[in-house]
Amino acid sequence: MARFVMVIDTKKCVGCMDCVVACKTENDVPEGFNRDWIVQDVNGKFPSLNMEIRSERCNHCDNPPCVTCCPTGASHVHDLGGVVLVEYNECIGCKACIASCPYDARFVNPEGYADKCTFCIHRVEKGEDPACVSVCPTHCMYFGDIEDPNSKVSLLLKQRKYHNLKPEAGTKPHIYYLV
Amino acid sequence: MMNELTNTRHNPGIDPSLHFWGWEIPVYLFLGGMVAGMMIISGYFLYEKKEEFNCSCYQIPLISLILLSVGMFSLFLDLEHKLYFWRLYTTLKISSPMSWGSWILLLVYPVIAANALIQLPDFMKKNSFLNMLSGKLNSIRSSYKIIAYGNMILGTALGIYTGVLLSSLGARPLWNTSILWLLFLLSGLSGAAAFVHLIAKNKEERVLLAKTDNKVIAAELIVIFLMIINMLSSSEVHINAVNTILTGAYAPAFWVFVITAGLLIPLLIQTLAVNNKIRHTAVAPILVIAGGLVLRFIIVYAGQASGY
Repeated sequence: MARFVMVIDTKKCVGCMDCVVACKTENDVPEGFNRDWIVQDVNGKFPSLNMEIRSERCNHCDNPPCVTCCPTGASHVHDLGGVVLVEYNECIGCKACIASCPYDARFVNPEGYADKCTFCIHRVEKGEDPACVSVCPTHCMYFGDIEDPNSKVSLLLKQRKYHNLKPEAGTKPHIYYLV
Repeated sequence: MMNELTNTRHNPGIDPSLHFWGWEIPVYLFLGGMVAGMMIISGYFLYEKKEEFNCSCYQIPLISLILLSVGMFSLFLDLEHKLYFWRLYTTLKISSPMSWGSWILLLVYPVIAANALIQLPDFMKKNSFLNMLSGKLNSIRSSYKIIAYGNMILGTALGIYTGVLLSSLGARPLWNTSILWLLFLLSGLSGAAAFVHLIAKNKEERVLLAKTDNKVIAAELIVIFLMIINMLSSSEVHINAVNTILTGAYAPAFWVFVITAGLLIPLLIQTLAVNNKIRHTAVAPILVIAGGLVLRFIIVYAGQASGY
């Protein structure tokens, strides 16, 4: 069983927002909304500061609270790669999934349903990378199957140090940030 | 040491801080909780068959039907994909309290209606069809007890569900406490006792309800205290979350409208009233009901803003 993950090298990311634009274009994300975004995380004490730039999105968790709390089953885990998706025609717009997500990755589409990153499943099913990964000018983003020990993502996670976002929330997130 | 996050995301309702549930949800939770309390009270009266003091509790089922419908309408207004609401009834998802809540609500209506029918209020007795239904229901053996138990059990389930609904959303630390269901159940029961107190027909009934309400208010204060202790001794996100209502933006409303005006003052007034020091007035029950509504608003609003 494939398990898709995204690995993002924070040492290469310059926060150019190409991934954000690519996502909006590829998925017709409505004006004013974002399925992915850039975070600049500055830590330390002047002058010794450390800045990490991250491209963030839905973490396609192994323990997705948005799927657990959905009353209709609209939020579900896709058969391919454990990707968390929303079946728009089953969503009633109750917003429980928005409340349950510690990453605030979801929003209400102006048409009324819960919306978020799909890992561009329509592209992945055709063997392509998600739009954000495919356009990254610094090649800092990698997409692949973590269950395959020889995949690029598996090898990177073996070789490099990394962290996840808010692991303490217990969601078992699947976006990995190389440090 | 600094830790500064700059985010390019500005999704409406999500940023800068989460606020996606407006007035509709607190109003629904308040009315749902109060109806739950009314079901427990009217179920209890039916079980005990306290006909002797021409009890106003026999009007409660009708009032609860109206209040529940208003609450459900409020909930419907909150839905963003309204035309798909029927999807709730194409599945039962055990992991989703909202799913079992929608089924509980479906069961609650006929049970309250049966309670209204079995003790038909005077003004409805003119209707021959309702009279006939009432007669048939009364002719069934033990129908009283079945309806009484049904109301008490489903009322408790409804009251509990309004709390579990929020507490199961783990990403919001203020809600993520296993005691929230008890707080909402007690608050609903207290609001219901106060409402019946308001419409009570005689002193005996008022005294009974004021005494009941006093006990529930005392229990509610203990539960709030335990909830605060629980959160303050938990992780950082829980401490930050509870501080928004203890010392933060929601503190004035919490201490003034919920704790003081909604619980302590009515407890004092009703204690004096049941000991015949002062007369029973509408002040205490109104304060209790208003306090219950403000509590739901604070919990829903402050809870949304809390996070990891």
